[in-house]
Amino acid sequence: MRTELTDLTVAEIRDGFRAGDFSAREVAEAFNANVAAAKALNAFIVETPEHALAAADQADKDKAAGTLKPLSGVPIGMKDLFCTNGVQTTAASHMLEGFKPTYESTVSQKLWDAGAGMLGKLNLDQFAMGSSNETSYFGNVISPWRSKNGGNAPLAPGGSSGGSSAAIAARLCPAATGTDTGGSIRQPAAFTGISGIKPTYGRCSRWGIIAFASSLDQAGPMARTVQDCAIMLENMAGFDARDSTSLDLAVPQWEAGLSADLKGKKVGIPREYRVDGLDADVARVWDDGIAWLKDAGAEIVEVSLPHSKYALPAYYIIAPAEASSNLARYDGVRYGLRDLPDGANLQDMYAATRAAGFGPEVKRRIIIGTYVLSAGFYDAYYTQAQKVRTLIARDFATAFESCDVILAPTAPSAAFALGDKTADPLAMYLNDVFAVPASLAGLPAMSVPGGLSKDGLPLGLQIIGPAFDEQSVLNAGLAIEQRAGFTARAEKWW
Amino acid sequence: MTESTYRIAGATGDWEVVIGLEVHAQVTSQAKLFSGAATAFGAEPNTQVSLVDAAMPGMLPVPNRECIRQAVRTGMAINARINKWSRFDRKNYFYADLPQGYQISQLYHPLVGEGSLAIEADEKAGIAEEKVIGIERIHVEQDAGKLMHDQHPTRSYVDLNRSGVALMEIVSRPDMRSPAEAGAYLRKLRAILRYVGSCDGNMEEGSMRADVNVSVRKPGDEFGTRTETKNVNSVRFVMQAIEYEAQRQVDVLEGGGRIVQETRLFNPDTGTTRSMRSKEDAHDYRYFPDPDLLPLELDDTFLDACRASLPELPDAKRARYEGLGITEYNAAVLTAEVETARWFDALLEAGAKPQQASNWVSSELFGALNRLGKSIEDSPVAPAQAAELLALVADGTISGTISKQVFEIMLETGDAPGKIVEEKGLKQTSDTGTIEAVIAKVLADNGDKVEQYKGGKEALFGFFVGQTMKAMQGKANPQIVNELLKKALG
Repeated sequence: MRTELTDLTVAEIRDGFRAGDFSAREVAEAFNANVAAAKALNAFIVETPEHALAAADQADKDKAAGTLKPLSGVPIGMKDLFCTNGVQTTAASHMLEGFKPTYESTVSQKLWDAGAGMLGKLNLDQFAMGSSNETSYFGNVISPWRSKNGGNAPLAPGGSSGGSSAAIAARLCPAATGTDTGGSIRQPAAFTGISGIKPTYGRCSRWGIIAFASSLDQAGPMARTVQDCAIMLENMAGFDARDSTSLDLAVPQWEAGLSADLKGKKVGIPREYRVDGLDADVARVWDDGIAWLKDAGAEIVEVSLPHSKYALPAYYIIAPAEASSNLARYDGVRYGLRDLPDGANLQDMYAATRAAGFGPEVKRRIIIGTYVLSAGFYDAYYTQAQKVRTLIARDFATAFESCDVILAPTAPSAAFALGDKTADPLAMYLNDVFAVPASLAGLPAMSVPGGLSKDGLPLGLQIIGPAFDEQSVLNAGLAIEQRAGFTARAEKWW
Repeated sequence: MTESTYRIAGATGDWEVVIGLEVHAQVTSQAKLFSGAATAFGAEPNTQVSLVDAAMPGMLPVPNRECIRQAVRTGMAINARINKWSRFDRKNYFYADLPQGYQISQLYHPLVGEGSLAIEADEKAGIAEEKVIGIERIHVEQDAGKLMHDQHPTRSYVDLNRSGVALMEIVSRPDMRSPAEAGAYLRKLRAILRYVGSCDGNMEEGSMRADVNVSVRKPGDEFGTRTETKNVNSVRFVMQAIEYEAQRQVDVLEGGGRIVQETRLFNPDTGTTRSMRSKEDAHDYRYFPDPDLLPLELDDTFLDACRASLPELPDAKRARYEGLGITEYNAAVLTAEVETARWFDALLEAGAKPQQASNWVSSELFGALNRLGKSIEDSPVAPAQAAELLALVADGTISGTISKQVFEIMLETGDAPGKIVEEKGLKQTSDTGTIEAVIAKVLADNGDKVEQYKGGKEALFGFFVGQTMKAMQGKANPQIVNELLKKALG
C-alpha cells in the first residue's frame, strides 16, 4: 500500500520526486486538498493552491530538463509575517488586512528560488505577539491535537507560529516557515509534536519580515523531522546586505553534516531550569532526553545559568520597547487600515486607526513598551533589561566553556485549552520562560518531540547551542529523535 | 581673548546675550542615509522614495557609507574627536512627515565629538580679535518629509522626497556673544563644509538651517534660561532672530517676568519670533538604540583615507596666501569661498605671481564678474588665460593700462591675451628713440606748460606723462617715459 503523499517528510518528497515515484503536481494537489479540507483548524489566513501548483509544474519541467533545485517538488506553508509579493500579508492584524506587498521577503524568495511552492499564508498571533495563537484578528488556530483526558476542548497550537505548527502536525504541509522572537518557533513545535529551529540571530535575513522586536526576531523552519529542519534552514539562511544585522557567513551544509553520534560531546543540564513545581511530565521527558543523549555517547554535565530568572522580565521589557517603536509606522497614512472619523485631524486619525487596527495584546505591548522607554523610566527598565541581557549572554558563554549544547524543556507544560490563559497575560507570558533566554542571547535553539504527557499531548525538548553552531544543535536533536521514537500523531477530527 | 562688548542696554543696566547654534547640514550624497533613493533637490513630489523611506512593513535601514564618510571628514575639518564607535538611536514621535514614526538619529553616542572653529576678527562687526567657538558634537540623522498644505482645500499632502535624507547636526557650545559672532560662525562653518564638500551650504534650498539658542544675562552672571528658535534658514535671519529674541528676553526680565524654556518660530517677514511650544508640552521622544542597526565601528584605514581626502582648509590656505606676500585683506577675500580659492590656486598653478595675481583678482576679475552677473565658476576667462595676461604685464610686454583693454577683449571673445596683443598691436614699446621723438613733440606743442613746470609747477609732470602715453596709444613703457621726460625737462 502506498503511503499518503501528505504523510511524507520534506526529504522523502524531495527524494521520491527525484526518483520518479510521483510528480510534483501530485504532491501539490494532495497537500492543496488537505489544506482545503482543514478549514476547522483555521491554520491559513490565505490559501494559495495556484502558487503551489505553479511551482509544482515548474518542478516537473525542471526534472525533465535536468535542472532540479534543492526543494523542487516540495510545497510549504508561509507564516503570514513574511511579505509575499502580490499575496496579502497581514501579520494577522486588521491593521494590514488587504495589504499586498510589492516585494518579497528575502527568506521566502530564497525558498521559491530553491524550488519550493507556497500552499498559503499561515495564521499566527497578531504581529507575532502571543503564545497560543489567540491574538489573531483572523481567529484562533485550533490544534489538531486533543487531550486524552477531559473532553474535547480545543487546544492551543502554541504561538506565535501556531498556524505553522498546526498545519504541519495536521499534514497540511510538510514544512513551514516560522519566526521566533521569544520562543515562537520552539513552543508551538513542542505543543504539536513537531520540530523547529531558531538559528543564530542574523542567520536568516529579517528583510521583508514584519518586525516585532528587531533585536530578537529570527526566522527558522518548522517540520516533522530534524533532517527536514536542516534542509529547510539551508534554503532560508544566508547573508543579506539589506539587513544590517545579517551574519556575513557562509551557509553550512547542515543536512550533510547530520550525525547522531555524540561521542566526545558534552551536554549541559542547566541547574536553574529545574524549578520548583516543574510539571512532572515535563521533568520525566527531560530525564528521558538526558538518558538518550547519554546513550548517543554524550557526557552529561551540570551547568549554571544564574541569571535565568531575570530573563522573562527582561524580555518583556525589551521586546515591547522595540515593538512600540516598530509598530509606530502603522498610522493610517500610507497603507493598511485608515480610520478617518468625520472632522478628524491628524491625531484623531492616528488614534482611531490604531484603536481599530490593533488587537488588545498588541495594544498592551505597545503601552508597556512606550512606558518603559519614557523619560524617567528608561534607566530603571530598559537600561536594566539590557544589562540583564548582557549577563544572560555571559551565562551561556560561560556554560559553553564546559559543554557543547544545553538540554532543557521547551515549555513548562503541554498545550493548554484555548481560553485557559487569555484572562491572565502573565500566566501566558510564563509559557516562554525556558525559550526566552536563548532568544535574548541570540543563540541557536531547537525543539524536538520528546514524548507525551499523561493526557497524550506532545512535549518538546529544547537544545540550545553556542552562536553559529546550529550543527551541534541539529545533531543532538537527531540523537533524541532517533531514540524518542515519537510516532504519535493527532487523530483526524477536522 | 577679549570678550565681546555687544550689549543690550536695559533700564537696569547692560545685558549680555549668550548664543549657541545647532546647524542642520544636508550631507552631499547621491543616496539617502539608510536607503538607495536619490536626493536631488526640486524633484516631483514622492519620486525619490524607496520602500525603506516610506516605512513599508518589513523594510530595514542600511547605513550609507558615503554619508558617514562625509560626516567624519567634516569632523576632521573642525579638529574634532572622531568616535570610532558610535551608535544610532531612534527618536520616537508621530507626525505625518515621519513615516517610520521615529527618526534615526544619534543621541547617546554621536559620530563626532568635541571640536572647534575660529571666527576672524572683524572690527566693523565688533569682533575685536579672532575667537574660537567650541563645537560640542556632530551627529548624523535622517531628515523628515514635507507636508504640503496648498494642494487641496481641506487636506494636507505629504512629500517624502526628503524623508531619510542624511543630515549632520552640528552643535556649538554657547560661546557666541553677539549676532555678528553668530553670523561669522555660520559663514565660517558654511565655508568649511563647502571646502570639505560634505554639504553644499545652500540655505535657500534648505541644505543648511539653524536652530538658534538664545539667553541673556548680566555680564558675569550665570547663564539665563534659553529659548530655541527653530529652522532659521539664512545668516541674516539668524542674526535678526538673535537680536529680536535677546531684546524680547530683556524686556520680559526687566518687566518682572520670567523666561520660559520653549521652542520658538522665526517669522522672516517681520523679523520676530513667536512661541511654538513650551517645555511642558515637549515630546517625550523615548530615545533608544535602533535595534535594526549595529553600532558603527570605524577602523584606522577608513579614518586615514578620510583624513587624506581633506583639502587645504580656509585657515591654512589663508595663512599660506599671507606667506606668499598677499595682503591680509586679499587673503581673506580669496579664501572666503571655496570656488574663489580654487580659481585662485589654479591661477597660481599657471604661474601667476601671488601679489600681482591677488590684486588683479580682487579688483579686475571681481569687478568684471560683478558687472556680468557671473559667479567665478562661470568666469569667461580661465585661470590659465588670466595667468598669461598677468605674465604679459609682468614682463613688460604690455602696460597695466593696456592689460585692462586686453582683459575686456578676452571677456568678450574668449581669445588668448597673447593673440589679442599681437593682432591689435598693443605691445608696449621701450624703444627710447621712438619715445624721445614723441616727447620732443609733446614738449614742443605745450611750450606754455613747460614754462610753468620749470617755474615750479611740478604737478604738471603727470600731464606730460599722460600726453606722451596718449600719443603712443598707451603702448609706451611708463617707466622709460618717466625717465626720458625727466631728462628732457632737465
